Amino acid sequence: MKRHLLSAADLTRDDALLVLDTAEELAQLANRPIKKLPTLRGRTVVNLFFEDSTRTRISFEAAAKRLSADVINFSAKGSSVSKGESLKDTALTLEAMGADAVVVRHGSSGAPHRLAYSGWIRGSVLNAGDGTHEHPTQALLDAFTMRRHLGGSVDGRRITIVGDVLHSRVARSNVLLLATLGAEVTLVAPPTLLPVGVDGWPCSYTYDLDAALPKSDAVMMLRVQRERMQAAYFPSAREYSRRYGLDARRFRLLPEHAIVMHPGPMNRGMEIAAEVADSDRSVIVEQVTNGVSVRMAVLYLLLGGREPVEVNA
Amino acid sequence: MPASSQERLPAGAAPTARSATSPGAIPAAADPPVVRDVLEAADITRALTRIGHEIVERNKGADDLVLLGIPTRGVALARRLADGITAIEGTPVPAGALDVTMYRDDLRLRPARSLRHTEVPAGGIDDKVVVLVDDVLFSGRTVRAALDALNDLGRPRTVQLAVLVDRGHRELPIRADFVGRNLPTSMSESVRVLLTEVDGTDAVRIAQARKGAAVR
Repeated sequence: MKRHLLSAADLTRDDALLVLDTAEELAQLANRPIKKLPTLRGRTVVNLFFEDSTRTRISFEAAAKRLSADVINFSAKGSSVSKGESLKDTALTLEAMGADAVVVRHGSSGAPHRLAYSGWIRGSVLNAGDGTHEHPTQALLDAFTMRRHLGGSVDGRRITIVGDVLHSRVARSNVLLLATLGAEVTLVAPPTLLPVGVDGWPCSYTYDLDAALPKSDAVMMLRVQRERMQAAYFPSAREYSRRYGLDARRFRLLPEHAIVMHPGPMNRGMEIAAEVADSDRSVIVEQVTNGVSVRMAVLYLLLGGREPVEVNA
Repeated sequence: MPASSQERLPAGAAPTARSATSPGAIPAAADPPVVRDVLEAADITRALTRIGHEIVERNKGADDLVLLGIPTRGVALARRLADGITAIEGTPVPAGALDVTMYRDDLRLRPARSLRHTEVPAGGIDDKVVVLVDDVLFSGRTVRAALDALNDLGRPRTVQLAVLVDRGHRELPIRADFVGRNLPTSMSESVRVLLTEVDGTDAVRIAQARKGAAVR
């Protein structure tokens, strides 16, 4: 594995499978009386969150703590960032405190890359979501969840990702990772919510959800990210929901074995109907559980061994 | 990428070459180590049969017995021992696997290793007589890690240790309760246990590692 995890594209097929297999072993920990391993004792993981997050931050915190690392939570609110401190000065502060890994979420695409390769800090950088770019650990936990429900492998499986692909870092990371793992990914979105250059992505796309559903082994619904929208991408929420929402009728179009996923947070009634989200084929809550195991695996593989020798350092 | 988990093998006997970054780990192909078999298949079977009887004798039966093998070859040995004891006593003896990777004290010396499967038998280990099973007892560090791992899984009544080969050179105050064969070795030698389940054949091999090759 590389020293940092910035993009799902950083992972080779072997790397990705190693993370998933490691996570599979670590998932057993949840059934034990003592849900803790001593592996990262004495190491410090900083959660550096410039954007709001519930599950990702808590998930990383739980993962680091279960590996016995010390966790420092940093959120932009109530820190010197609100007084105008730059990313660089924040990074230098963390380095001075001896951070072995920095888990960063930032509103600007590329901020984790800047953090990793600017020389400001020596530790590993884990991207926990940057702008509309990537969210690699989410893609890993999604692949992990799919693998568990689809016969142990996503190779050759058909995954449909529906909704606001344009603003979704989850969609991009999933497409890259799932392609690496051999899955066939189809994006479904209104033309206005597909990014420019989607033709170059390792997946296909369509505007017709009803046609895609019967061929899907898993369908992943994305939230419409209104906070990132500065223009009108669709006429009304109601019309979007009618054409691209997963309601009970569309749910019945799915094959018997297909699972329904959502990275959260959900807008019930918008992209997904409440009865679908709560159905027994919805794995949305399990995705959160799996997030902890997958993030433990990533932290272990990045921090647990000897520091990798930098070839081009 | 993680190295394979064959901790006891020096590079000369390892089937997979180590990372090219570890100094002195790759011997020259033109200078093969001297290899000799010290135990054959029948010797291993006899040793395991004897250990099985000793375990039963020491614990006055097979009640509450749980055998936990340390991956990879310890797991296969634990299964064989469990089968043997089941045959002796007529009551089934549970066998499982205990991965100790996350508890090792040398994790920071090498790239992160892949984890092995831990499988604790359904009855758990609380109040049981746990016999840890490994193929080679060397520094004792693996067993120390296993004791820590056990601690997080429950509280056995007793923990005992069975190994197929004790090669000496302990670095910690740890000893085995049941030993298949004591093999006095020098630090420059490597001991390798081959088992049908993993390697396709049963044997215990000693190889003279090349001068300067890393042995641990």
